[in-house]
Amino acid sequence: MDTEKIIKLDRIVKKFPVGSGYFTALNEVSLEFGRGEFAGLVGPSGSGKTTLLNIIGSLDTPTEGDANVLGKSLIGLNHKDSAKLRNQHIGFIFQTYNLLPVYTVYENVEFTLLLQKMSADQRRKAVLEALEWVGLTDKINSKPAMLSGGESQRVAIARSMVKKPEIVLADEPTANLDSENSHHILQTMKKLNDELKVTFIFATHDEKVMKYLERLISLADGKIISDRMNHTGLKEQK
Amino acid sequence: MISLKLAYRNLTGAGLRTWLNVTVLSFAYVVIIFHQGLIDGWHRQGLRDLTEWEVAGGQLWHPSYDRYDPMTFQDAHGVINGRIPGYVKSKLAVPVLVVQGTAYPQGRLQSIILKGIDRSQSLVKLPSSALAGDSGKINAVIGTRMAKSLKAEKGDYILIRWRDKNGAFDAAEIYIAEIFKCDVPSVDIGQIWVPLDKLQEMTGLHNEATMFIVSDQYKASDTDGWKFKEKAYLTKELDELIQAKRGGGMILQGILLIIALLAIFDTQVLSIFRRQREIGTYIAFGMTRYQVVGIFTVEGAAHSIFAAVLGALYGIPLFIYLYYHGITFGLGDMGLTLAETLYPYYSLQLIVITVAVVVIAATIVSFLPARKIAKMKPTDALKGKLQ
Repeated sequence: MDTEKIIKLDRIVKKFPVGSGYFTALNEVSLEFGRGEFAGLVGPSGSGKTTLLNIIGSLDTPTEGDANVLGKSLIGLNHKDSAKLRNQHIGFIFQTYNLLPVYTVYENVEFTLLLQKMSADQRRKAVLEALEWVGLTDKINSKPAMLSGGESQRVAIARSMVKKPEIVLADEPTANLDSENSHHILQTMKKLNDELKVTFIFATHDEKVMKYLERLISLADGKIISDRMNHTGLKEQK
Repeated sequence: MISLKLAYRNLTGAGLRTWLNVTVLSFAYVVIIFHQGLIDGWHRQGLRDLTEWEVAGGQLWHPSYDRYDPMTFQDAHGVINGRIPGYVKSKLAVPVLVVQGTAYPQGRLQSIILKGIDRSQSLVKLPSSALAGDSGKINAVIGTRMAKSLKAEKGDYILIRWRDKNGAFDAAEIYIAEIFKCDVPSVDIGQIWVPLDKLQEMTGLHNEATMFIVSDQYKASDTDGWKFKEKAYLTKELDELIQAKRGGGMILQGILLIIALLAIFDTQVLSIFRRQREIGTYIAFGMTRYQVVGIFTVEGAAHSIFAAVLGALYGIPLFIYLYYHGITFGLGDMGLTLAETLYPYYSLQLIVITVAVVVIAATIVSFLPARKIAKMKPTDALKGKLQ
């Protein structure tokens, strides 16, 4: 891809302490992602997908190596600056939706905007627009407990997209959904990727998701096994 | 602001759990304010009664007089001279002669203190006008407690014995001209009030007194050798009693408050454990750890605000009722300056301090468990992995 590289990972190592030793979750992983990519980290459980996603999202720090997101090195970034980066530029979609149970659909989507200095009118407009993208304007007053899994995940997508981030990180977004809802969710995300040029990075081992991805990065035991454009063959192998 | 908004939503959304904590804490508010108000009311009533019945603006004591030691009474008297007669004449001072004696009601023997007071005085509420009568009788007034102790009624005669100035015993019958009701035990228990001139005549202590009750206008510097005891000194005993009662009450209030605060603490600990994913989500969407600590702290502290509102809903009507109708304990014979019916007094200071203490305490116990959030790894929180 010749697009602007907004994520650069250079020889990322992540080790977790286990007993008296360490478990290496990522081993010298180097990757780049361009603006507007619809890419996926694929591989079995324990391959390091989520860990890599967490490092890109500045939720975790690498043990070694350098991670640069949107021109900002994540190494040594303090809590406040990493929170600002996530708040302004990165959206998250989780397998378990992570909707706030006491809030309505509207409030769940609005929540992320409360952290930004936006007027109530601006917030309302943005929230309604985001809910329109995912087709849930009729559920704005519902609580998460009243929603189906598919609807909950659509709310989560709206929540991650409402601030128009440059990067959305989706960790197993379809794992709890049936086939029909999975397709619906993925179509929605692809549409947003096309229209808003948002970079989507998935962590998944779901075949349904892989069919939608333009780039597949396979991980195993913390290493990149393959990095290829989908349907276009192997791009690179490490 | 965002912390307040989110905390409010979370609290109201938590339903029964929130309201249980709020209810318990509201009891703490109401009980603390009720008890402190009762003590304050007792203090105010006690001070007023002491002032009206015994202390007035202070007292001038003979240097040998010690109100707690009856053995000093025999020598504790002096001539009313110097500037004092002027004060007496202008009603700024009332002389009182104190003599130890014995009463023989129905053949029993009972120690008494005879107090001679001017029949025309108006500095204290004692019904001294009842002491006026024909010269052949010794009219006396006693309080209800003393009457009960003597088994005497108005119109009874009681034999008493005393020593005159030379130490010689003398005896006579006194006539109970009036029985008064008073909440100050030192005016009532063991006391028999007789006319000053009669007692001076009975003891041979002409123109002498043991002490003077003075008015508020009296200048403390003109003591003419008598020891001036200011009002604060004379009411010190009551103040100390009130302080002791307040201290004892505060222990119980503290226990109640601790129970309520423990409930909040427990809720916070449980809440942080159960809501790890929510905490991770807050952080993932751009809140700093300290903002999340703020949400949880505000949530806990908000219990105390809700409790204040709930406590006000049922506490204010209760307090207003008690303020006007009082509480009758029927403990008037305990030897304390304690009215049978106490009227609690709720000052703004009491309410403000109570609310401030509870809110601050609730904020602290909410913050303590919430500090854990600052050390959480957001990745673990998102998975709900923390123990």
